[in-house]
Amino acid sequence: MKSLQERLGGLDVILGARLGGAPVSLQPIPGEIPVIQAVIGGREELPIFITASDDQVLCICYLWTDEEIIPAKRSELLELLLDLNPAIPLSAFGRVEGRYVLFGALARDAHIDDIASDVAALSDNAIDALDALSGYLS
Amino acid sequence: MSVIGKIVTLLRGSARELGESIVDANGVRIYEQEIRDARDAIAQAKNNLTGVMAKEMQSAREIERVRAETARLENLAIEALDKGKPDLAEEVAAKVAEQEAELEKQTQLHTDYTQQSNRLKDLIKASEAKIREHEREVQMAKATESVYKATQSISENIVASGSKLVSAKESLERIKKRHEDQADRMTAADTLDQELGTKALELRLAKAGIGEDIHRKEKVMERIRARHEAAAADKV
Repeated sequence: MKSLQERLGGLDVILGARLGGAPVSLQPIPGEIPVIQAVIGGREELPIFITASDDQVLCICYLWTDEEIIPAKRSELLELLLDLNPAIPLSAFGRVEGRYVLFGALARDAHIDDIASDVAALSDNAIDALDALSGYLS
Repeated sequence: MSVIGKIVTLLRGSARELGESIVDANGVRIYEQEIRDARDAIAQAKNNLTGVMAKEMQSAREIERVRAETARLENLAIEALDKGKPDLAEEVAAKVAEQEAELEKQTQLHTDYTQQSNRLKDLIKASEAKIREHEREVQMAKATESVYKATQSISENIVASGSKLVSAKESLERIKKRHEDQADRMTAADTLDQELGTKALELRLAKAGIGEDIHRKEKVMERIRARHEAAAADKV
């Protein structure tokens, strides 16, 4: 089976083209499970992390931490995220160890073009979501 | 308990345990072994089922044959009675009785085969359901483990690089500012292009002797001469 890095070969070029020529850099994150970090020029603060298991390719963008949510608006935000989930194309909200994320999951054998589409959508959605929901954050 | 149920229980406890407990490597191995066993059981059951179903069909055919033979013999017995041959009729009746015993035996066999094949079909269904369930458990356990370990690496990387020390709001501001800067630069470049373009055009026009500015010096000279002449006239 190809390594994740091999599978994502050329993603930087395809993704860059999809994002209007933005420079994209891919770099592996050290750890037991292969993770590739995609940094998009102009959006360096919101990198996309791509990882794969036996069954899926997972693209994750970290948004904010539990501590950043204004306490009085917390439950309203959580309900809003649940309501938003089905409406956002290709991405869903989640939480990993106190960090809120936006993620997209694809089949393990997804084509590189599909992964690029997902990452591009995730990056756009993440900025959109931060913009729309920043009123709930301190 | 379902896998999601197990994950919920672990999440309610400590998220940190998630990666470790749900994916008890030994548990996964046991499930994988059970999946292999269930697959073998299905293969064996399917093999047995083929044999049993063949026998079921054979006994059904045999029942039909015995029934037809019984009917034929009974007709012969009636014919013998009609022709005043009760001895012959009795002999045939003995044969009918034998056929009836055979029919009972075959019917019983057929029922047994049907029950056996139903049991095997149920066993196959149950084994297939077990495989699906275990496969889903193994799949979810592995996915959970993988996501947990991956996000651990990401978190460590984020902390190590200090890239998330800034808040989400600040990140958004920075991205927006960068976009605005870029948009401003593009507007500035456009304006500059336009200005340079306009100036260059005016210069070319002037060189070609077109435009108002071209006669400015002459106009000024005319005005000065007129004032000079007026002043001279006053003196006279």
